[in-house]
Amino acid sequence: MVLVVIIRWWLLLAALMVTTMASAEYADVILNRYAEKEGMRPVIFPHWFHRIRFRCKVCHNELGFEMRVGANDVTMSDIIDGRFCGMCHNGEVAWSVENCDLCHSGKNGLKSGIFGGHQTGGPGHW
Amino acid sequence: MLMVVMCCGAAHSDTPVWKSISDDGIHDPDNPAISLLQEPVTALSILPFDTAGNQVLWVRALQEGYIDPRTNIYPDTNIKVLDLDIIMPRTGSAKYVRFPHRAHTEWLDCSNCHDAIFKAKAGATPVTMLKILSGEYCGRCHGAVAFPLTECDRCHSVSSATQPGVVKGQ
Ligand code: HEC
Ligand code: HEC
Ligand code: HEC
Ligand code: HEC
Ligand code: HEC
Ligand code: HEC
Repeated sequence: MVLVVIIRWWLLLAALMVTTMASAEYADVILNRYAEKEGMRPVIFPHWFHRIRFRCKVCHNELGFEMRVGANDVTMSDIIDGRFCGMCHNGEVAWSVENCDLCHSGKNGLKSGIFGGHQTGGPGHW
Repeated sequence: MLMVVMCCGAAHSDTPVWKSISDDGIHDPDNPAISLLQEPVTALSILPFDTAGNQVLWVRALQEGYIDPRTNIYPDTNIKVLDLDIIMPRTGSAKYVRFPHRAHTEWLDCSNCHDAIFKAKAGATPVTMLKILSGEYCGRCHGAVAFPLTECDRCHSVSSATQPGVVKGQ
């Protein structure tokens, strides 16, 4: 019984790892609720790059980013007004919004989601 | 079963490999600004090596001062760190789980977990492995941003002879 259960997990995990190997750095997030529809490339947010500089609590507590992909309704005017990415990408903490292509760097057709994670097609989708 | 084992071998390489961003399947190689973005290998290969996730032992990187990420942006934010381990015993035939508050609160705020994900009372939250694998409880972060769920032993790290409940951090 226990063995059967464990094997079932291993199969789930194997499926998860196949999707992981396909691409992207672990924990990269795609934001593409509006961007592509409005003629811009999808946005790629790299966790690995930001967590070298900021602890999770800065974004997920101080700045109020919900810890759930797609849960934050981010628009470009929010960012220009200093919310979400714009809390830092304002020319003070980090370079400012005129560098469109640094954020809008994804391939067209990508769906919002987290890569290398359970939202990518792992057990979260069963 | 054999197939599964081989699959793990591929995912857990002993020599780290970070995909170049121009070839990672998500970045548009025709973006004129792509060469301005940092390659993961440049930043991550100088940090303590791991076999999974970002291939970085993030806890060690922080503890040993390889990185010094900011704790706050606003000067009056209250930074809380708690040194308390929880021994979690509902693990069936697997080893008990040690949840270390210290390693977590270095990165995270209490409000990231309490009380939305976990009750602040040892044993009160109905955590199961299947729920974790579905992205709940520990699986909110592990399997998404923190080290992935393939690393059973890192959570199931203490003998089932250990006294369950609260112990001072190690
Ligand atoms: C700091 C990162 C960042 C920069 C720099 C940036 N954007 Fe965005 N942009 C975003 C995010 C995040 C979204 C929301 C993505 C989504 O879910 O579709 C977005 C959405 C958009 C949208 C979709 C419609 C809307 O109003 O939200 C447009 C159009 C857009 N950006 C244009 C631009 C242009 C033009 C520039 C340069 C002047 C720019 N962006 C710079 C992060 C950025
Ligand atoms: C610079 C800001 C920033 C930092 C620092 C940061 N995150 Fe995030 N995180 C985000 C953004 C942006 C998203 C995507 C939100 C969205 O799509 O609405 C996200 C999403 C997530 C998610 C949701 C994933 C899912 O499966 O839905 C988790 C979990 C998460 N982050 C955990 C962490 C952890 C753990 C750390 C620290 C190691 C961290 N984050 C550091 C900005 C940040
Ligand atoms: C807590 C502050 C903070 C927040 C919030 C934040 N960033 Fe950043 N980001 C930074 C800093 C600092 C840099 C590095 C700037 C530099 O090198 O001058 C950076 C760099 C980047 C880079 C370039 C990475 C590279 O390879 O050089 C991208 C892309 C980026 N951010 C996207 C985003 C997006 C998209 C969001 C919102 C979803 C966001 N950031 C939110 C602080 C932040
Ligand atoms: C991120 C931490 C973490 C990882 C990684 C992890 N577990 Fe668990 N596991 C837990 C927790 C927490 C519980 C519940 C303990 C409790 O509530 O007392 C649990 C429970 C279990 C149980 C008890 C039965 C059940 O359904 O809940 C088994 C068996 C188990 N895990 C096996 C595994 C195996 C096999 C792996 C690797 C594939 C693994 N775990 C990886 C944290 C983890
Ligand atoms: C990463 C998630 C996480 C973070 C962040 C976190 N905790 Fe916890 N906490 C837990 C878990 C898991 C338990 C055990 C819950 C259970 O067994 O049901 C727990 C239990 C507790 C308990 C109960 C101990 C007892 O005596 O029974 C207290 C008190 C507590 N946490 C306080 C805090 C405080 C204060 C902070 C911030 C400094 C914090 N926690 C941050 C996950 C977290
Ligand atoms: C809110 C996000 C979050 C949740 C929920 C969470 N963790 Fe973690 N955990 C992290 C982060 C971030 C790290 C740092 C290491 C990394 O990023 O790989 C970490 C590291 C760890 C470590 C390594 C500690 C060390 O000293 O090396 C263990 C063990 C662990 N977590 C167990 C658990 C268990 C068990 C649970 C559920 C009871 C859990 N975590 C829930 C984010 C989380």
